[in-house]
This record gives sequence, structure tokens and C-alpha cells, in this order.
Amino acid sequence: MKESIFEVELNEKIAPRTYRIKLKGDTSAIEGSGQFVQVSLPGFFLRRPISIHEYDGQTLTLIYRVVGEGTRMMCSLQCGDTLSIITGLGKCFDIDACRKDALLIGGGVGAAPLYELCKELCAQGKNVTVILGFNRKDEIMLAEDFSDLGAKVIITTVDGSEGTKGFVTDALSLHNINYDYFYTCGPRVMMKAVCERIHTGGEVSMEERMGCGFGICYGCTCNTTKGPQRVCKDGPVFKKEEVIW
Amino acid sequence: MVNENLSVDLCGVKLSNPMIPASGTFGFGIEMADEFDLNVLGGISLKGTTREPRFGNPTPRIAECRSGMINSVGLQNPGIDVLVNEKLPALRRVYGGAIIANISGFSIEEYEECCAKAAQAPETDIIEVNVSCPNVHNGGMAFGTSASSAASVTSAVKKVCGEKPVFIKLSPNVTDIVSIAKACEDAGADGITLINTLLGMRIDIQRRTPVIANKMGGFSGQAVFPIAVRMVYQVSHACRIPIMGCGGVASAEDVIEMMMAGASAVQVGAENLRNPYASKEIVENLPLKMKDLGIKDINEIIGVIE
Ligand SMILES: Cc1cc2nc3c(=O)[nH]c(=O)nc-3n(C[C@H](O)[C@H](O)[C@H](O)COP(=O)(O)OP(=O)(O)OC[C@H]3O[C@@H](n4cnc5c(N)ncnc54)[C@H](O)[C@@H]3O)c2cc1C
Ligand SMILES: Cc1cc2nc3c(=O)[nH]c(=O)nc-3n(C[C@H](O)[C@H](O)[C@H](O)COP(=O)(O)O)c2cc1C
Ligand code: FES
Repeated sequence: MKESIFEVELNEKIAPRTYRIKLKGDTSAIEGSGQFVQVSLPGFFLRRPISIHEYDGQTLTLIYRVVGEGTRMMCSLQCGDTLSIITGLGKCFDIDACRKDALLIGGGVGAAPLYELCKELCAQGKNVTVILGFNRKDEIMLAEDFSDLGAKVIITTVDGSEGTKGFVTDALSLHNINYDYFYTCGPRVMMKAVCERIHTGGEVSMEERMGCGFGICYGCTCNTTKGPQRVCKDGPVFKKEEVIW
Repeated sequence: MVNENLSVDLCGVKLSNPMIPASGTFGFGIEMADEFDLNVLGGISLKGTTREPRFGNPTPRIAECRSGMINSVGLQNPGIDVLVNEKLPALRRVYGGAIIANISGFSIEEYEECCAKAAQAPETDIIEVNVSCPNVHNGGMAFGTSASSAASVTSAVKKVCGEKPVFIKLSPNVTDIVSIAKACEDAGADGITLINTLLGMRIDIQRRTPVIANKMGGFSGQAVFPIAVRMVYQVSHACRIPIMGCGGVASAEDVIEMMMAGASAVQVGAENLRNPYASKEIVENLPLKMKDLGIKDINEIIGVIE
């Protein structure tokens, strides 16, 4: 892990209450998709855990939804503003666990970390299908970004205003998708339904309120088949079989 | 040029400097060994340990507050045997400073058994007894909330700790901290650690639920600093034994203030969670601040406030 200063290059709205922030700084501690960063916001005691949406040698991009005071403050950040960020936190998705065909399932802002994962899988020459679930048409985000990487994208909306009407699990029944491994990130109920529905192996990205984010406070513990695990250090990515729902 | 002297003495245990990460905010030390050389720290207080392994409380366990946080970890730990057989030896391999074993219990017998095992471990330098836990044999009243029960824990553990210094870590959730500290001193405590967390609560006004699953939890961080300074000041004037001051410390200035109030060493808790390098940075800044203030030996400021 590494604590360093990042400079805001871009902070734009991409969907209702949802923003993309591009930050310039030292990304050398980042190991891959599935990891998260801890963002320090001026005036707030604890850092905010946010998944890595995309990164390269000099930049880090995050997608965040405004849900409270901290994320509200974040969307007021301007180009040139600086933030202390701890990078290189948590375990990555295991891209080698997928043999040939990957299924990525994201709910809402949970789609964000799957983008870097999709890039990594495509770079390995694997076929990727992405199911993205939203409430309504206007919330849809990242669909084109995934298509541009070469993934097949299926959209579901709860109200049926676009794509398949219903939940991501409804898309599983309707479409004949070929996959040998899945990766999912989104609301807990969605990930639980996905894990119960799908019989191949897979991985989920868990969420928990954090104190430190780097494994020293035991604030983020979840119970798993391997015993108590820290979401921040032993996760956030867990194998499907490990999770006790 | 004469270098500032930072070394302090806690009941015969020499610390290269007064800085100690507080229990529960630095794991078992080894987790941070890859981040910086732990040997810059005067001591390390380890995660509170009980007889049995404990899962701790349900989540969410953490709530943010203005200038602080609430935790309700609920003493998650792998149990005393893992502490003694694995954690202590692992830390000693990379760390030469003072190792402080922090012990919790839900009965006098549990405190005795755990303290005895921790004291027998060659790696342990100091035993810190957290008396903020509820007594299961007494309607769940925390041991640390009455002078008599705090004294009974103290005298019980003193019998099993041999030569190793025993610090009793007191809860601030009491009406008269001084009488409890004095009762511990009279019962044989070698030192006092002050303060543990203050009982706090946050509510999610949108969902109309407490933020913490267990409803209430321990409040700490920068906001509690003045309370900690006050309690250290009061207790240091009433007792003769040394004090480890703790609560809201976030800078070298805070360390100096806490020592002027009467602390012989200073612990940093919640600040470690927002800044993993907080303890190290404070140690680095301390001599610079001392120079600014014309302090040559840190010991000269301990308890200077009358
Ligand atoms: C590993 C991980 C990755 C995440 N990735 C993303 C992401 O890519 N995009 C995104 O929009 N959100 C993500 N989240 C959720 C994000 O951390 C919260 O939405 C954010 O912390 C809310 O902050 P706030 O100040 O706006 O909310 P407030 O409710 O005001 O925050 C109060 C406190 O609660 C914590 N908190 C509140 N909600 C959550 C939550 N859902 N999870 C964890 N902590 C919470 C805050 O960090 C803060 O300490 C992730 C969470 C985790 C654990
Ligand atoms: C996440 C967390 C876990 C803690 N766990 C323990 C513990 O196991 N035993 C203990 O004696 N104190 C524990 N404490 C209390 C701290 O050691 C310290 O006394 C208190 O937090 C006040 O210091 P601070 O304001 O610097 O955090 C914990 C505190 C925090 C924030
Ligand atoms: S948040 Fe501190 S251990 Fe995970």
C-alpha cells in the first residue's frame, strides 16, 4: 500500500448522482482490478473506500455515487484540487480463474470495478459478457465503455425502460450466455441472488463500513467459510463458496 | 550539538521514545511491518485479547463522527493462546521495542488466566489490562466503572504477572476517575493507561436506525483529546504510578501536551486508522517540536503542570 497525493484532472457527472473522477498521481502500488483506494476528504475523519474503475501508469479513475456528506463534498472537487489517497488496498479479482468465457454482473455503481477487470480479461483474449442492472433508463452508465472493450453488453432495468425488464438474474434466464466463471459487484441482495442462481465458480466484491481499510482495526469483518475475514485486507473480493450470506 | 533525549522509563522498561500505537488500532504490530521500520516506535500495544477466540460484534462496527469515530469491534481476537504462541514471537522477530499485551476478560478468572499466560511469554514487556469489559457475573457492569471491581481485577492479575509491570487501562465513562485510579494503585497496579473510548452513538436519520449494529460503541479520535488531557492531569496528581496517556493524540504537539499533563508515555489510537504512518510521523516530529520549545529531555516536561 502507498499513501500519496493525487491531483484532480476531471470530475464529471455521468448519471444521476454519479460521477467519474480522474486523478493524477503515483499508481505504482496498484496491483489490479478488484482493489480499492482510501480517499481522504478535507473535513472528514475517516477515509472513503472507492473501487478502482480504471488506472494506468499516471492516472487513477474512480466512479462514485453521491450517497452522503463525503461523496457530496467529493463532487464539488475542482481540477487541480489535491487529495491524499491510499492505493494498493485489498485483493484483486483472480483473472486466471476464468478459462475462456467470463460473465461480469454489475448492479448500479457496482459496474465500476468490473471495467478494469473487463480490460484485463480482454487483454488475455477471453470472451466477456457483461450484464448491467439499473433501476431506470437514465441511470444506465458504462454500457458503451464495455462494448468498446469488445464485451457483449446486456442491460436490465427494473422498470423496463431499457433492455430486459427486471433484475440481472432475469437476464440470465432470458439470454443464452456462454461462460465458465463469473464476477459480480453490486448490492448484497443482487450478489446473493446471482450466487444462488449460477452454478459455475465465481467471485463477489463485498462491501463493509471501514475504519482503516488496510487490515489493522477489525472494523470490516465478515464471517466466511474460512472463518472471520477482513473485507479490506482478505477481500473485498471473495470466492463465491467462501461467502456466508 | 546535543540531541534531544526522547527515551522514557515505564516501571523499569526503557522506551526509546514515548510513542506507542494504542490497542486495537495497530493490529498485532506485524501487519504494519512492511510499511515502515517498527523499531522507530517506543512501544506497541497489541489488540485486546481474551481467553477464547472472539468474532466480535455484528457489522456495521464503525461510524464516522465530527473529528472522531465510533467503533464497536467487540474485541474480535484469536484468543490468548494464539497471541502467546504466534503473534508475540512474530512481532519480536521484527521489533525490539516494548511489547504491551492488552488483556480483556469477562470474569476475574479470565483476566487471571490470560494475564498469567501473557506475562509468562518472554516477548511481553508490559501487561495492559482493559477493565472496560462487562462483568458477566455482575449483571454486565463494566469492571472499570467501580473502584472496588477495578481493584479486585488489579489485585488478582498482579498475583499472576510476576515481575512484569501491570498497567490498568481505565474507562472514561465514570463519574470519578480519580477514585478508581487510586483504588487500582492501592491494589498494586504499576501504572495506569488513560483513556479508553467514550460511549457514543450515531443515528442514520434517513433510515431511522442506529449506524452501528450494536447501537452504541466507543467514541475516540481528535475530539476526545481535551477529556483525555484532563483525566491524565487529574490522575497524575492523585497517584504516584506512571501513566500512559491516550485519547485523541494526533501530533507531536499533542504528545507534549499530554506529557505536560502528567503522562510518561503516549498512545495514539484512531489517528492510525486515517493515517497509517501517524505514529512514525509523530516520532519524527517530536525532536523538532522539542527543539522549538527548548526541551532537551522529554522527561523534564512530564507532569510540569501543577
Ligand atoms: C471496498 C469498497 C469499494 C467501494 N467502491 C465504491 C465505488 O466504486 N463507488 C461508489 O460510489 N461507492 C463505493 N463504495 C461505497 C462508498 O465507500 C460509500 O458510498 C461512501 O463511503 C459513502 O460516503 P459518504 O460520506 O458519502 O456517506 P456517509 O453515509 O455520510 O458516510 C459516513 C461513513 O460511512 C461510510 N459508508 C457509508 N456508506 C458506505 C458503504 N456503502 N460502504 C462502505 N462505507 C460506507 C463512509 O465511508 C463514512 O465513513 C465502496 C465501498 C467499499 C467498502
Ligand atoms: C478500532 C478500535 C479498536 C480498539 N480496540 C481496543 C482494544 O481491543 N483494547 C483496548 O484496551 N482499547 C481498544 N481501543 C481503544 C484505544 O486503544 C484507545 O484507548 C482509544 O481509542 C482512545 O484513543 P484515540 O482517541 O487515540 O483513539 C480501540 C479503539 C479503536 C478506535
Ligand atoms: S477496515 Fe480496518 S481491518 Fe478492515
